[in-house]
Amino acid sequence: MNDKPAILELKNVNKSFGPIDVLHDISLKVRAGEVLCLLGDNGAGKSTLIKTLAGVHKPTSGQILMDGQPVTFVGPSDAQGRGIATVHQFGGTFPLMSIGRSFFVGVEPTKGWGPFRIYDRKRANEIAVRAVRDFGITRIDDGDRLVGGLSGGERQSLAIARAVYFGARVLILDEPTAALGVKQASHVLRIVNEAKRRGLAVVFITHQVMHAMAVGDHFAVLIRGAIAADFRKGEKSREEITDLMAGGETMADLEAQVEGYMETHEGHPPSPQVLEVPAAH
Amino acid sequence: MAHPVTSTSTPAIDRPQSGLALGRLARRPESGSFLGMIAVLLFFGVFGGSGFMSAAGAASWLNIASEIGIIALPIGLLMIAGELDISVGAVIPAASLTAAIISGHYGLPDWLGITAALGLGLAVGLLNGLLVTRTSIPSLIITIGTMFGTMGLTLGLTVKIAGSTGVSLVPDPFTKEILGDYLGGMFQVTILWWVVFVVGLFWLLHISPIGNWIYALGGDKESARNVGVPTKRLSIGLFMLSGFSAAFVGVSEVMVYQSAQVLAGQSFIFNSIMCVVIGGVLLTGGFGSVVGIVFGTLTFSIVNQGIYFTSLDPNVGSVIIGVLLLIAVLTNDTFRQLALSYSSKKGGRS
Ligand SMILES: Nc1ncnc2c1ncn2[C@@H]1O[C@H](COP(=O)(O)OP(=O)(O)OP(=O)(O)O)[C@@H](O)[C@H]1O
Ligand SMILES: [Mg+2]
Repeated sequence: MNDKPAILELKNVNKSFGPIDVLHDISLKVRAGEVLCLLGDNGAGKSTLIKTLAGVHKPTSGQILMDGQPVTFVGPSDAQGRGIATVHQFGGTFPLMSIGRSFFVGVEPTKGWGPFRIYDRKRANEIAVRAVRDFGITRIDDGDRLVGGLSGGERQSLAIARAVYFGARVLILDEPTAALGVKQASHVLRIVNEAKRRGLAVVFITHQVMHAMAVGDHFAVLIRGAIAADFRKGEKSREEITDLMAGGETMADLEAQVEGYMETHEGHPPSPQVLEVPAAH
Repeated sequence: MAHPVTSTSTPAIDRPQSGLALGRLARRPESGSFLGMIAVLLFFGVFGGSGFMSAAGAASWLNIASEIGIIALPIGLLMIAGELDISVGAVIPAASLTAAIISGHYGLPDWLGITAALGLGLAVGLLNGLLVTRTSIPSLIITIGTMFGTMGLTLGLTVKIAGSTGVSLVPDPFTKEILGDYLGGMFQVTILWWVVFVVGLFWLLHISPIGNWIYALGGDKESARNVGVPTKRLSIGLFMLSGFSAAFVGVSEVMVYQSAQVLAGQSFIFNSIMCVVIGGVLLTGGFGSVVGIVFGTLTFSIVNQGIYFTSLDPNVGSVIIGVLLLIAVLTNDTFRQLALSYSSKKGGRS
């Protein structure tokens, strides 16, 4: 069951912004052909975690392994170059830019050579429009249109279509369904399943139980920057997961345990095995 | 499993766009400024009489336009990227004086003075860029700071070295010809240099992939960084570009007028920003074009000089420019809304 190779792995990763410690001792594997659902309350550190995977943040300490080899991402384009595509929680599109230009920011298709390389508008527009249309947004047929003229959901679809286009090995989606209608949301879930089938590793963040249950193979719950629960599909019931996500009794209980542990262990968080999750009622 | 595709009557992507020329035009950032330029041209064409329409009349506003224009272009690019640069107002005289002191006061070769002056512009730009990208202080404040710093140093060092606040320089014939000459006896050679800057920056912003990064940086810095745009290097580069351009204007001025003054250049700060805004660049970044900035610069210069060809009180010129600025911002807003809502397929569904 756990035989699939880990494309990306975090080993004892800590991340702090100045005096603020956000991630504590995170160890996590992202496997090929698997969907990892990151769950957790607002401010738990989910976005910070995936930004570390995407090369936006460098870990303060700890290691990132790609295909078993330690790597240091120089920046987001380095990670992107290695096939890790990310849709960040907010933004990702540029309101006053055309659809084609927005789609290719940072990785512009060019023609010509050397210093005379020029931006290939026609090709950018074609690819971008095809990608969003494949996504079910058939209203878009002109890559010169400004992104700001699209609806919020259309913009998010554009961002996801972009990641799907560039994500050769790992697809990271931070609350991709937050602004989407039912139809588009189910399309995102289908995209996730399709990516999984093609052997990509997917990291999926959501606050919606249904969405997590629909695609997740592997779940990690973050509480205050530490992994408080790490389990596979079928190891917990829907009720338990719901409870964990909703911050219900189980959540409150875990939170108390984590805090108690950190107090007695000089601020170190416990490993997931230490925590006892009470059985569902 | 059905693909959630809404039925569409025109599935083709590459449709001929001919019937949409007007709509396409309306969403260009320079549309508003083009209309403004035509309006002031007509106005002064009628009220400025034959003097305004003559070659000498054209030279008077083109000469002004070329100097402001060379500075307005990089300022416009910075503004599209979401930043401001006030320090150009001090870099111009600092560059003039550097060239004048090295090549005039000390009598060293012209190229040495010119290189040092341009290097100074690049250095101030680098400092601005480093301060802006390493702190969270807005570039407006930082560049006001570097402006005063540069101004103070320029004044202090000039008085110390040359003993006065003005230094003269007689350029050698070659330097005079390429930087300080008058074509046809009235058109500053700076106009040709302006054309070079326009072509270069048009290429940078609209043709090279870097242009895309500039728009992205001004549109959403965070997202730009997340998709791998080297935002810091890009900002620093743009500040260096504006420092260089300001120094270039400073050098041209000293070659044209053969003397450098400590307090020249302040007017360029507001004037260049006005040209850029009249040209349709969004103050908060992310939107604008090189052609628009050129139109804005021409509009500004036509009003600035055209007023002397009319029987109006020259002070009215400032009023016109003020009004023009407000109208420009309003119409540019309208055009931007048009651009945003523009869709080649009217009445979209779903
Ligand atoms: N650049 C930063 N500098 C300082 N603190 C930060 C930074 N980025 C995130 N944080 C802090 O880290 C914590 C975790 O933030 P993060 O965005 O990762 O949460 P999240 O789990 O994604 O929450 P949400 O569900 O609301 O998206 C927050 O307390 C936040 O204030
Ligand atoms: Mg988040």
